[in-house]
Amino acid sequence: MNSTTEIQRLDARDENSPSFSLSENNGDMRLTAKGDWTLRTVVQVNKRLKEELAHFNQENVTYDFENITAMDTAGAYVLSRAIKCATGKCFEWRLSNEDKGQSMLMQAAADARMGQLPDPGRMWYDVLVRIGRSTDRFCNELIDTLAFLGKFFIVIMRLILTRRRIRWKSVTAMIEQVGIDAAPIIMVLSFFIGAVIAYMGANLLASFGAQIFMVELVGFSVLREFAVLITAIMLAGRSDSAFTAQIGAMRMRQEIDAMTVIGMETYETLVVPRALACLVAGPILTFLAMVSGLFGGMLVAWLGPTDVSPILFLARLKDSVPIQHFWVGMIKAPFFALIIAIVGCRQGLAVTGSVESLGSRTTASVVQAIFAVITVDAMFALLFLQLGI
Amino acid sequence: MSVSLDTEAPLVEARGILTQFGPNIIHENLDFRVERGEIVGLVGGSGSGKSVLLNTLLGLKEPEGGIVRYFGQDRRSLQPELRQEINNQIGVLFQGGALFSSLTVRENIMVPLREHTDLPLRLMRELADMKIHMVGLPLTAATLYPSDLSGGMKKRAGLARALALDPSLLYLDEPTAGLDPIGASAFDQLILGLRDAMDLTVIMVTHDLDSLFTICDKVAVLVDKRIAINDSLLKVREYEHPWVQEYFGGPRARAAGAAGTNSIDVTGSQ
Repeated sequence: MNSTTEIQRLDARDENSPSFSLSENNGDMRLTAKGDWTLRTVVQVNKRLKEELAHFNQENVTYDFENITAMDTAGAYVLSRAIKCATGKCFEWRLSNEDKGQSMLMQAAADARMGQLPDPGRMWYDVLVRIGRSTDRFCNELIDTLAFLGKFFIVIMRLILTRRRIRWKSVTAMIEQVGIDAAPIIMVLSFFIGAVIAYMGANLLASFGAQIFMVELVGFSVLREFAVLITAIMLAGRSDSAFTAQIGAMRMRQEIDAMTVIGMETYETLVVPRALACLVAGPILTFLAMVSGLFGGMLVAWLGPTDVSPILFLARLKDSVPIQHFWVGMIKAPFFALIIAIVGCRQGLAVTGSVESLGSRTTASVVQAIFAVITVDAMFALLFLQLGI
Repeated sequence: MSVSLDTEAPLVEARGILTQFGPNIIHENLDFRVERGEIVGLVGGSGSGKSVLLNTLLGLKEPEGGIVRYFGQDRRSLQPELRQEINNQIGVLFQGGALFSSLTVRENIMVPLREHTDLPLRLMRELADMKIHMVGLPLTAATLYPSDLSGGMKKRAGLARALALDPSLLYLDEPTAGLDPIGASAFDQLILGLRDAMDLTVIMVTHDLDSLFTICDKVAVLVDKRIAINDSLLKVREYEHPWVQEYFGGPRARAAGAAGTNSIDVTGSQ
């Protein structure tokens, strides 16, 4: 092929396979090398040289480079295998027929060989280290999150007590980002959830002639759980990750350091507006999710096989689904919103210099937020069960 | 058809380069050539297009006009294999090191080896360690991640990666920027040493007058959208151009020049 011949011509000569011969006389070894000892060719002799050297017990080595046609660092390194390094001290070596570049390369290779550490190669050790590290990280994460929570409430209290200025401008900007921008997607999702529940429930209840109970099914599940959970999960995926990425990027570019030096309190300027925005947006979004979830259920009840008219649906909803279920859903919204804001900001502030940490913190942020939301939801369920609500 | 690579041809040569962003002309009719074994310092005011020129030479940006030749061959007319082969002859140290942040220093240096050679893994690792040693990093740095390194160490690690395939041409983008004077002069000496050991040709963008005076064989000045002069420092200093006169006539340049000529005397007397 044409291109291969061209590649070989790059060095303006044909490639010569490297070869060597070894001889030893009273501990004086002579290594005669021939051909190209370069990155490309050295793999041909690397293993053989290593094996043959094992048979010798030299104390010093003389290299003969008369017939060497090319050498680079890889070649020098492989050749330097003949220089045995016992206790960090290399045996003597000499060159003959070398040029200046070759002697410098050999010197560099010998130096590198001298400083080399033995290969640890303990796989199980690495596994244990990893387990230990991640346990340690988990504990630290827990402590740091609690510390962040404490600091956050102190800052909030101080803001309220000293009546310091809350940055309303950034609060409203955040409400737009967290609330208004997220409303359509949350409503669409909730609509589908309501519709699916109605459809599944209708089929199941129809088998014993109790289709009309689908109204209760949709009402209870959407009001108590689904609306608020969908909102929280969407906020975690959408806003929480954005908080972490925004604050993390600011941290990487030292913007946060600059703010601290100028005298702006990080928590006041970054965390509190986001938390307030979530507190406002969370319940509103939850309410919207409830409305569109019920609407989805109602539409399926009307147009689906059960043929429950909207008037009947709403009348039954009013009669048999007490208002307390609405409040059970709504009361959870601010808690979830706060969890999301706090986890997002806390992970953002924990970003260190590297891009890697920004990525891993964003992932951790979303996972932790959803985990916390569902755990707290389960705790609420237990509480309401005990209270009989 | 057979094309022979002329070993006598300059490693890299740019002719009649035209670069423009919209109506903004950055380079016009720019000629630049580098002979083998030289260390060329590329200087120019901020915004004069030094980085753009570097990107053009590297092929990261296609010029609007003119040609770039490597080994006497037009870069654009090369077949992919040969172009790759030529790319392997080029090492680049980017300004911030541009190390891959998800890999350790050793893995970073192994990336070019993995991509372009079929060496056994163990030998690759050993060669990477040798490069780490050659750029003056402690071997303990091999397992560190770039985020654990200081600025100077990052540059050294970036240099080790640039040298991984034993290139014949090395581009350095502001190699001493952000280093303290001791670190900067150590880096200069490192480049000198590596040039001798590995037979390198070096093109460096720099603002460091000390580097220009101590290690550069030639200085190329990028003013008025072209390389106005590319010659030894002595000739460049005598060049009649207000910017050049201001650059080399300022108090900093005079101080660096005094120190630089001293060290030239020392090497001359050896």
